[in-house]
Amino acid sequence: MDKLIVDKLNLYYGANHALRDIGMAIPAREVTALIGPSGCGKSTFLRTLNRMNDLVEGCRIEGKVTLDGEDIYAEETDVSVLRKRVGMVFQKPTPFAMSVYDNIAFGPRTHGIRARVKLDAIIEKSLRDAAIWDEIKDRLNENALSLSGGQQQRMCIARALAVSPEVLLMDEPTSALDPISTSRIEDLVAELKKEYTIVIVTHNMQQAARISDRTAFFFLGEMIEYDATEKIFSLPDDKRTENYITGRFG
Amino acid sequence: MSSSSAPLSASLHGTRSAVKRFVLLKSEGFGNGMRTPAIRVPEEKKNSMSGAKGKFSESFMKVVFLLAACVSILCVLLICLFLFSNGLPAIGKIGPVAFLTGMEWRPGSELYGIAPMIVGSLYVTAGAIVTGVPLGVLTAVFMAEFCPKRLYGVLSPAIALLAGVPSILYGFFGLVVMVPFVREVFGGSGKSLLTASILLGIMILPTITSVSEAAIRAVPRSSYEGALALGATHERSVFFAVLPAARSGILAGVVLGIGRSIGETMAVIMVAGNQVLIPESLVRGARTLTANIVLEMGYAADLHREALIGTALVLFVFILILNTSMALSIGRKVP
Ligand SMILES: Nc1ncnc2c1ncn2[C@@H]1O[C@H](COP(=O)(O)OP(=O)(O)O)[C@@H](O)[C@H]1O
Ligand SMILES: [Mg+2]
Repeated sequence: MDKLIVDKLNLYYGANHALRDIGMAIPAREVTALIGPSGCGKSTFLRTLNRMNDLVEGCRIEGKVTLDGEDIYAEETDVSVLRKRVGMVFQKPTPFAMSVYDNIAFGPRTHGIRARVKLDAIIEKSLRDAAIWDEIKDRLNENALSLSGGQQQRMCIARALAVSPEVLLMDEPTSALDPISTSRIEDLVAELKKEYTIVIVTHNMQQAARISDRTAFFFLGEMIEYDATEKIFSLPDDKRTENYITGRFG
Repeated sequence: MSSSSAPLSASLHGTRSAVKRFVLLKSEGFGNGMRTPAIRVPEEKKNSMSGAKGKFSESFMKVVFLLAACVSILCVLLICLFLFSNGLPAIGKIGPVAFLTGMEWRPGSELYGIAPMIVGSLYVTAGAIVTGVPLGVLTAVFMAEFCPKRLYGVLSPAIALLAGVPSILYGFFGLVVMVPFVREVFGGSGKSLLTASILLGIMILPTITSVSEAAIRAVPRSSYEGALALGATHERSVFFAVLPAARSGILAGVVLGIGRSIGETMAVIMVAGNQVLIPESLVRGARTLTANIVLEMGYAADLHREALIGTALVLFVFILILNTSMALSIGRKVP
């Protein structure tokens, strides 16, 4: 079943036509990887899926994006609810300057959960799901800024999970991390896809090949090719995809 | 008179540069690589062509910088020396306990107790914090996160101007506008703790606002976006994700404000009533340490004069404690 359907999506940053006629169906409970050279629009595309581009001044969007059949750009869409359903993990960890506990509780509190018992349970579950519970269960009251980079990133994943999203958008979540933290997060993604639909941007071809079910190749604002990951990495249809994958450019 | 204001402004400048350093530090600490630092060409390489001459002018400049820095250190040392050498003997003669806790200040009868003035200074400062801090911080939040560009173009210079208004003008404003107002509305003579508190609150507003605004702007955008991505509204993201990250910078602004209000003299004298009594209510008058010095320095002689320098010393110690505690808390805060 397709969770997200993108149809004839065009995005402009002022005069810069950053996304051109993107059409794509993202299946539920699978990992979809977005690859392509820097500046080709991967992050921009990802941010159209939870409307984070709304913040960018001069950004104009045409086309349609639906989540479970509902148009997310429709007038009556509640962006707050949309972002609760479509969570996001950024390239750099974005810990808030407060305790680990309050970081994770931020989302649930935003959506009206106040009871301590309930919050405790959510926090434990999210940290377990993000495979970081055992490491930091005794440090919940410490400032999140004191965690290591890899821990911060997994805490941010836990924070995103704490609002029980359906889709998780990840923008190069491991590009700022060491190899060990990276492989932890890759394992985590494999685990998470049982429950969540995951869209992940990555610069790392091996990573895309390892963790994704489907891969989309972006180039200069266009989506050149989108298919099963195996297919993309063994028999791409388009010459540009092949060149990119074999490292001939980008 | 100059003896009282010199140590204050010196120590305030110290605090201000500490804050700048601190805000910079913070923004780097939180930077998380939001900014990619430009690749810097090492200075030596650029100058390699100029050879020995360049070396000479470089070391010459270093000496100049060092001398400049020494002047400010020297100033602080001289002020300390002056205060302690003139103030301590007087305090010794009067007796430290009698001086600090005595309720009577009657130079004619050789009674030099400054407790009412200590309390007066503390009250007035507390009042300034209560009125100035919430207003200042909220203004800063508005300017950094809510203000339309057009309005910002008016508001920002207005606040800068507020910071530049000489305190005597604040004093006049207080005397002519606020004193009658307080008299009408709250009773009493109008020259009161309340009037002084509100006036000082207005005076520290620009300090708190500008330092807090800088602190808020120094918080990387990623905190804000991270909160939005969880479904938080703009308001919630600002108040619960961005503000906590700026809190130590804001605290620095508050400390600066405290420094300014505890040292403020002219404006306070004009609206506070200056009675040497611990005020029983907000509408009663109060005398601050600074006011005590200015009001009597003109005619004081001998022990009276020395007692006033002792008063300045107490004030200086207050500022010292304030600066030290801020320096310590900054040292602790860096993650
Ligand atoms: N906030 C923005 N404002 C204006 N232009 C932007 C903004 N973000 C990205 N762009 C432009 O959009 C294009 C795609 O950028 P991006 O989506 O970040 O690429 P990628 O993530 O694939 O490296 C680039 O040309 C970039 O300059
Ligand atoms: Mg990107």
